[in-house]
Amino acid sequence: MTTMLAGPIGPSLADFGKDPWWISLIKAVFIFVFLMLGVLFGVWTERKLISRMQNRYGPNRAGKFGLLQSVADGLKMGLKEDLMPRTVDRVVFFLAPVIIAVPAFLAFSIVPFGPMVSMFGVQTPLQLTDLPVAVLFVLAMASMGVYGIVLAGWGSRSPYALLGGLRSSAQVISYEIAMALSLVAVFLFAGTLSTSEIVNAQAAGGTWEIGGLSIPLPSWYVVMLFPSFLIYVVTMLGETNRVPFDLPEGEGELVGGFHTEYSSSLKFAMFMLAEYVNMFTVSALAITMFFGGWQAPWPISLWDGANTGWWPMLWFFGKLVIAFCFFVWVRASLPRVRYDQLMALGWKLLIPISLAWIVLVATVRALRLEGGDRTLVMAMLGVIVVVIGVLYYAFDTSRERKKKDQQAQVREEFARLRNEPTAGGFPVPPLDLPHYHGVSSRPAVTRADSKEVTSEAKV
Amino acid sequence: MNLDAVPSYLTPTGQEIVFLLLGAVAVGSALLVVTTRQLVHAALWLVVTFGALAGCYLVLTAEFVAWVQVLIYVGAVVVLLLFGIMLTRAPIGRSPDLDSGNRVLAAVVALATAVLLVTVVIDGFRTAYAPLTEVDGAAKTIGSSIFRTWVLPFEALSVLLLAALIGAIVLSRTDIRGRD
Repeated sequence: MTTMLAGPIGPSLADFGKDPWWISLIKAVFIFVFLMLGVLFGVWTERKLISRMQNRYGPNRAGKFGLLQSVADGLKMGLKEDLMPRTVDRVVFFLAPVIIAVPAFLAFSIVPFGPMVSMFGVQTPLQLTDLPVAVLFVLAMASMGVYGIVLAGWGSRSPYALLGGLRSSAQVISYEIAMALSLVAVFLFAGTLSTSEIVNAQAAGGTWEIGGLSIPLPSWYVVMLFPSFLIYVVTMLGETNRVPFDLPEGEGELVGGFHTEYSSSLKFAMFMLAEYVNMFTVSALAITMFFGGWQAPWPISLWDGANTGWWPMLWFFGKLVIAFCFFVWVRASLPRVRYDQLMALGWKLLIPISLAWIVLVATVRALRLEGGDRTLVMAMLGVIVVVIGVLYYAFDTSRERKKKDQQAQVREEFARLRNEPTAGGFPVPPLDLPHYHGVSSRPAVTRADSKEVTSEAKV
Repeated sequence: MNLDAVPSYLTPTGQEIVFLLLGAVAVGSALLVVTTRQLVHAALWLVVTFGALAGCYLVLTAEFVAWVQVLIYVGAVVVLLLFGIMLTRAPIGRSPDLDSGNRVLAAVVALATAVLLVTVVIDGFRTAYAPLTEVDGAAKTIGSSIFRTWVLPFEALSVLLLAALIGAIVLSRTDIRGRD
């Protein structure tokens, strides 16, 4: 990648806002159609791919290779009766699917598909629009989508839906923080929040002057900011409520989660649509942030024309397909985590690690500044390292002590329960019911009222 | 502040009209927040208020502030509010006990605060006219003004927030007891 230092310069912020209205309309319609078709065939791809991973065929009846399966499902949803449970909050119940779907589509408007192209004689960037704070816009839209889930959960007036909505809001808020923090390192390197300029910044890696040597740095941020990328991948799964973080709709415990009461009609279709569009959005963001956006990968990038004209759209689409297949692969491989594990991972691991990583990246950036006061930076670095060491030691000793205390407590509890099984007072099913120990319940029955005995004996 | 070129109030530009409309939406939905009898609807009207405020920032070309407003207030604060409401009780429909006995006092205090703020703003700026430039609202300008000119208030605020955070953790943990 470093061979193409004089890489093509894509559009910058100044190139936006100049399109005639009909070009903007074409782009908006294109994005909408792209996402709709993407969802249709994305569902098919996912079902087919996960089937092959699980050693079965998957949908293969509707059309060649079952390609029309999603079309059939969509038609079925459109024709089904739209049930509205009697006690729901009608306005909220109706609004929730809309609220979840609209921001999902809006977020895609700042995704760069390619460089400047000539469209009907007009030079225009292959991106609907760009803002100086475009990435912030995507995060804001993602947080708007939470309302759809929360309101669907609350408005349905069903315990399962409410629990699903609660779980989801807590999860998405927690993972959003870690997601935003994982992107900060990219902002530090690119020096901008605009997506088109972040893609430009990845066109050519800089060089690192150290002791007279100049080491070329790789241009895609996935290499240099690998920890950020790992954190982003985890938060991306959490943010879209996908396996292994799909607790809001954990089938085993919550039926369908927040959309339990949506009766597979068009409203339910909106939820599915939003889920898949959100997956595309976070994938596109990952590509833009860490994989050079629409720029061609290495062997193709040797060809001069790889990053000009309409070709980049193909590279972008290829990357999007790979990212989507990654989602499916994860779904086929990993079991669902427990809720406390999910929260502990988000708050106790991802957020502290990304904070420490941001400090590290900022320090390295400060060290590389021309004419900066290096002794000061070095001194501060030394102080920070010492402080972290002391803190780690303090935490480590206290953690060891706590662990020992806890083990002692568990041993003591076990000893007590062994002597007296009814002690302890667990709220949920007592594990020492008589029939667990092979004791027949006959004697208890004979002692009870005769009428009940006969009815129970029949049962 | 450019005092020479003050345009007439009678011929408002499109921007000014949109700004006024957004302000009306913000005030109206804020009133609905305190008057509605449905708990969750009050939180939703609060979302509309914050959204209208973000729209006001956008009209004033403060893009960064606008999206941060959406991200933090709409996306996190009200969601947490809703979360709290649903954890405790989530009534659908009207709750008759949502009315406070202090409504007259509250209205007086609110009106007094509004009058105070409006008079201060009018007294401070009068006919001063600041033309909007796109650069003022960008992340770079805001960042450099916070971390150069206003770094002391920024740090003071962050220490205050940190103290509040630690306080919240201490209050919520039952295994930390105060000294008797």
